[in-house]
Amino acid sequence: MNDPMIKAEELTRKFGDFTAVDHISFEVGAGEIFGFLGANGAGKTTAMRMLTGLLVPTEGEATVAGYDVYKQPEQIKKRIGYMSQKFSLYEDLTVRENIRLYGGIYDLGDQQIKQKSDELVNMLGMNELQNKMIGSLPLGWKQKLAFSVALLHEPDIVFLDEPTGGVDPITRRQFWEQIYKVAEEGTTVFVTTHYMDEAEYCDRVSIMVDGNIDALDTPAGLKEEFEADDIEEVFIRLARGAERGE
Amino acid sequence: MKPISVHNTHKSYGAKEAVKGISFEVHEGELFGLIGPDGAGKTTIFRILTTLLKPDGGEASVLGLDVVDGYREIRKVVGYMPGRFSLYQDLSVEENVKFFASVFGTTVDANYDLIKPIYSQLEPFKDRLAGALSGGMKQKLALSCALIHKPEVLFLDEPTTGVDAVSRKEFWQMLHRLKEENITILVSTPYMDEAEQCDRVALMQDGQILSIDTPERITKTFNNKLWAIKTENKYQLIQLLRSYKYAESVQPFGEYVHYTDKREEVQAEQIMEYLKSKGVINPTVVAIAPDIEDTFMRLMEQEENYE
Repeated sequence: MNDPMIKAEELTRKFGDFTAVDHISFEVGAGEIFGFLGANGAGKTTAMRMLTGLLVPTEGEATVAGYDVYKQPEQIKKRIGYMSQKFSLYEDLTVRENIRLYGGIYDLGDQQIKQKSDELVNMLGMNELQNKMIGSLPLGWKQKLAFSVALLHEPDIVFLDEPTGGVDPITRRQFWEQIYKVAEEGTTVFVTTHYMDEAEYCDRVSIMVDGNIDALDTPAGLKEEFEADDIEEVFIRLARGAERGE
Repeated sequence: MKPISVHNTHKSYGAKEAVKGISFEVHEGELFGLIGPDGAGKTTIFRILTTLLKPDGGEASVLGLDVVDGYREIRKVVGYMPGRFSLYQDLSVEENVKFFASVFGTTVDANYDLIKPIYSQLEPFKDRLAGALSGGMKQKLALSCALIHKPEVLFLDEPTTGVDAVSRKEFWQMLHRLKEENITILVSTPYMDEAEQCDRVALMQDGQILSIDTPERITKTFNNKLWAIKTENKYQLIQLLRSYKYAESVQPFGEYVHYTDKREEVQAEQIMEYLKSKGVINPTVVAIAPDIEDTFMRLMEQEENYE
């Protein structure tokens, strides 16, 4: 892989005696859709926090978009987008206000923010909704908008933490088409999910168990290796051996 | 007398109509699922049936007791596990169970047999604060507390949301064991694949019921031939199928794309020929039986077209 977007080597994080992430090594290539799976408590969130520059590792090395997680967390934050189901947009701001807020946070100029807002509202077909409060929009709309806002500053990588939880099956699939589209355009996508069918949409998938990456391959490769019909079967076989909970 | 009976029930929050005239019945000892995304109205129905919220209109009863007039009696005989973890985080596992037992005027020992298969897994951690438990263990504790007074009807609002695939599987195994105790269970989930674990389900969307029946019979209502198609590049495949003039619906589904065609009669070869004509090498096209998720999407699409 030339110039991987994410490169982790023996990346480790301990909390007291507890090793949340235990010497994980992996690479994610540019434009790749990388599925980051694991049971509750396997260490996914801790790993993601290190890769997004929010948490300093205890040991090991990692670079994200070419920047070092120890020395350059602020540069990392500028080059990544982040979206989760739990936190994304401000409910009591309108669609346009949310876009403006994030544009400001990411240091875009006024002119650029205006242009981006128009583009985004058009692309999502939200012209009639642009002055509505986010809180009044259906969940599916919020999620599509949150995803677009996470991409507002044209990041190299976007981290999606369970982006589709609770969404209806059609909207969930529309969301994945958005993901395909940005990956096709070259953005790297790092995504966690509890929907095992979504793991099949990824180029490669890793499965964390008890702080380690126990499997990492293409969905087809994993199924072959574990002689399983689907990723759910692979996941259950690996995660059933887990020792620890959340 | 049905354990749960809901007839033309309405509920609005301000201008937002959350439940739009819903009717269904749950039989004794049945495991009945409300399946649908966030915002479908599932939690509102739970709150109405557990007497925490008054309906605006329609009738709803639990064990023959009206949810408004009979709320005191209903509260004694039902168990409720809300969607959000609502045990006392700063009480230990054991203290929580004891507390809920005493609220219902019973003891842990009196009903230990019922909760044993679930609670025994938590007993090694009985002194741990509930707030310090893992997701899967919290879920088991919440279920133990909801069962501590041996309820006749059990309400479980999204017990598996945000829980990993292994814990989800275990949770359903627990529910099947409870069903054998003849407890009537109403459970909700946004995971379509969990519908198959229920005796009957109501598929819900936007405050309405799209369909009620056994999962098997619901999938039989899927009124077109369904194809599973696979090629090297899924995104390209989706685009190609979308621009196919005969395409009716195109939905990614795991490693395949599920496709229905507008033509009355269509053969796999015809779809394959089209894809090959667009430069796709070796497409796989097979006819498959639809599952609940396929059917749910089809019902949603029909609903939208109708509107």
